[in-house]
Amino acid sequence: MAVANIEVSETPLVLYALRRADDALILGHRLSEWCGHAPAMEEDMALANMGLDLLGQARELYTYAAKVEGRGNDEDKFAYLRDVRQYRNLLLVEQPNGDFARTMVRQFFYAAFADLYWRAMMASSDPTFAAIAAKSEKESAYHLRHSSEWIVRLGDGTEESHRRAQNAIDDLWAYTGEMFAVDDGERGLIDAGIAIDPATLKSRWLKTVTGIVNEATLALPKSDWMQQGGRVGSHSEHLGHLLSELQSLQRTFPGATW
Amino acid sequence: MYTQALNSSDGDDRGVEDVARASQFQARIDADERIEPNDWMPAAYRKTLTRQISQHAHSEIVGMLPEGNWITRAPSLRRKAALLAKVQDECGHGLYLYAAAETLGTSREELVDAMLSGKAKYSSIFNYPTLTWADIGTIGWLVDGAAIMNQIPLCRCSYGPYARAMIRVCKEESFHQRQGFEIMVTLCRGTAEQKAMAQNALDRWWWPVLMMFGPPDQVSQHSDTSTKWKIKRFSNDELRQKFIDATVPQAEFLGLTIPDPGMKQNENGNWVHSPIDWDEFKQVLAGNGPCNRDRLAARRKAHEEGAWVREAAMAYAEKRKSRQLAQAAE
Repeated sequence: MAVANIEVSETPLVLYALRRADDALILGHRLSEWCGHAPAMEEDMALANMGLDLLGQARELYTYAAKVEGRGNDEDKFAYLRDVRQYRNLLLVEQPNGDFARTMVRQFFYAAFADLYWRAMMASSDPTFAAIAAKSEKESAYHLRHSSEWIVRLGDGTEESHRRAQNAIDDLWAYTGEMFAVDDGERGLIDAGIAIDPATLKSRWLKTVTGIVNEATLALPKSDWMQQGGRVGSHSEHLGHLLSELQSLQRTFPGATW
Repeated sequence: MYTQALNSSDGDDRGVEDVARASQFQARIDADERIEPNDWMPAAYRKTLTRQISQHAHSEIVGMLPEGNWITRAPSLRRKAALLAKVQDECGHGLYLYAAAETLGTSREELVDAMLSGKAKYSSIFNYPTLTWADIGTIGWLVDGAAIMNQIPLCRCSYGPYARAMIRVCKEESFHQRQGFEIMVTLCRGTAEQKAMAQNALDRWWWPVLMMFGPPDQVSQHSDTSTKWKIKRFSNDELRQKFIDATVPQAEFLGLTIPDPGMKQNENGNWVHSPIDWDEFKQVLAGNGPCNRDRLAARRKAHEEGAWVREAAMAYAEKRKSRQLAQAAE
């Protein structure tokens, strides 16, 4: 017996929380895939640590989305009983781990944004978001520091590490534009002071990213073509596989409590 | 988590280097003093501890694999976070233990290489597969439970760095054990399918867990020296008995059946198990368990695929150092 997907009333506020929750869950899940397989034990620890931070953020955001929605959904229903078209995360975070350079570049692009984003969100007029932001900001600051250090080590390390890091930047660059996009629903939340306008973070994000990339003797691509779609459920092929793994038990044993 | 089965000493103290120092050393141990890294110690004591602590570290690191197998499939976000944190704890134990082993004079690289080459042993229990979510509960409940039985006495081990590491490790292990039992409680109160899953996991893990305590006392070698050095404080059979007596009521509480129809309680209240299949133990130890090859292959793959990352970090550190030197010279 298959388990049906839940229905979600995606009011602007619910959708806003779900999008950020999905970012955190999917990226956290990707990092957790490394556990036991990292290039050094210290990195097993660090990647698990960041994965746990993100998982914690996702749980708080899902719980808040459920509360605002008020239809009896909860963190697990959101995570386990929505299919690929219902997921609202950035395309960036669902990209596969690849090699360690790709994982670090993905983490770096995202953390450089999340660090600014959560710091700004601490001023949200919504007290729950402000509280989640205060906690997440501290975590993101570490994620940014950790990934920045690796970008520099890899870029300015050996020929091979430089090549791998540059490839990762080239491949992932097109997924960074989506972080700064805003739709009409979000515009309303921005006007109400609940959300912040990500466009205002872009120049600082670019400055951070350019600074580290230059220090690493790497380069950002010239292309400004940006992929979009994650926020409305048009994902890459990778997400479906991630979800089929993540959701396997909940989908196989309908209604069971774990 | 670790295994009593690997608590044996590497030879005896005959042919000891310096008889006078050896007797002073033994006097300190008899007086329950802690031996510290810079203290004189017999070569066999150093060798025994280097092997035991590093095997313990290898066990933590290899032990990440069977449970890591379920991180991406954990059935709720709470379980996922708890499992990821648990496997991370194990990695932390591994790092901590390698550091303790290094105080005896062998580098982590050498110790890890010995594991990757298959020369060094790790706990055989991790050569069994985790087939269902109930295995994660069972590992916490029984495997961590058995490891705690072995590790609590190690908190009083005569070698200071190992004893101190064990104090912290035991705190986390007992938390893991409770978490595992809680998974079992949830499954056993769940649907018929979940309960069957729990029973099946117990059926598969019970005998391998009993083997974790090592061969029966009458056939285990060298334990006298380890006991004399206060590295090993209880015999294999003593700890096995303690574990079984503690576990039987827990299985009853869960409504699960221990897969040993011949098990009986004796006049002292101890549960007496049926004979253990030591051939299976020997086969797994010899490399023929269901997952020996997979476990080593996974560790080797991580090591080999991570080589360029470690090289890059080294190369960058060197470059940075020479730049700083050049700057200072200006």
